[in-house]
Amino acid sequence: MEKYSIEGTPKTPSINFDLNGGILEVKGRSIPENSIEFYKPLVDALDKYASTAKPTTTVNVQLEYFNTSSSKCILDVFKKLEGINKGGSAVTINWHYEEDDEDMLEAGEDYQAIINVPFKMIMVNE
Amino acid sequence: MDVFDIYDKMERNNILLSFKGEITSDLLTSILQIMENKMDNMQEEPKMKKKVYNVLVECLQNLYHHLDEITEVDSEKIRSAIFTIGKMDSKYSIITGNYILNENISGLKARLDEVNSLNKEELKEYYKRVLNNGEMSLKGGGGLGMIDIARKTGEKLDYNFLEIDNKVSFFTLNIKVSNQ
Repeated sequence: MEKYSIEGTPKTPSINFDLNGGILEVKGRSIPENSIEFYKPLVDALDKYASTAKPTTTVNVQLEYFNTSSSKCILDVFKKLEGINKGGSAVTINWHYEEDDEDMLEAGEDYQAIINVPFKMIMVNE
Repeated sequence: MDVFDIYDKMERNNILLSFKGEITSDLLTSILQIMENKMDNMQEEPKMKKKVYNVLVECLQNLYHHLDEITEVDSEKIRSAIFTIGKMDSKYSIITGNYILNENISGLKARLDEVNSLNKEELKEYYKRVLNNGEMSLKGGGGLGMIDIARKTGEKLDYNFLEIDNKVSFFTLNIKVSNQ
């Protein structure tokens, strides 16, 4: 498996995971009622990637909305990345938020406080 | 049934949308889409729009998950819920109502009172603690919803339990979203 991609829907984000390039992108909305089911394949893909991780891993998260059900799954994804970072691949998580969206910035800072991986807070214009 | 009376009450209370019935995943998708369009048409400022949308998602998904719990025990009627979304001046109000088994009241009330006892900073810490250590329900609920609503609105959770009989009560939650 070199690539894991899924398209976005009104309730779930698009995911593009290029395992050869070490780049993971999550973009859009994450408000499914059942988020565990949605995120499990990504968590599994990260497990596979962990054993063959590139020297650097870049993660771009650009969410417009996410619900609290997703927030736990996103934490699980970040915990996998924490393990990959510990295992020798330098992981960076780029957390994007829109200019006026303080709640989204704060959500990124919450994760930054919990997860031992370098975070970059990146402001985007709408 | 006096339909004009319902219309008039909704008009006077500036109700944008109201629903009574069973809460399904498809219904929530539609409701969120409708509310998003309405806020676009009203040219709501992006910051307010995001806040209302976020809080609405949590309120409605609370109903969705909660009704699921009650299904196995009780009748069709009890699976039904109500919600109304209104806008008065520059404040949005989201009101939800659903049946709850009496035996579950004390647990829920304790969680709501806990959230209401905390200030902004304490809520942030509490959220992180539950996020990091809390158990996750099968559907991914996990008890973060109410904390998130309190954080995003900056207001206390206004709730009520109305006892219907010795088995069930009607739980209402009245959420205000304003641009603080």
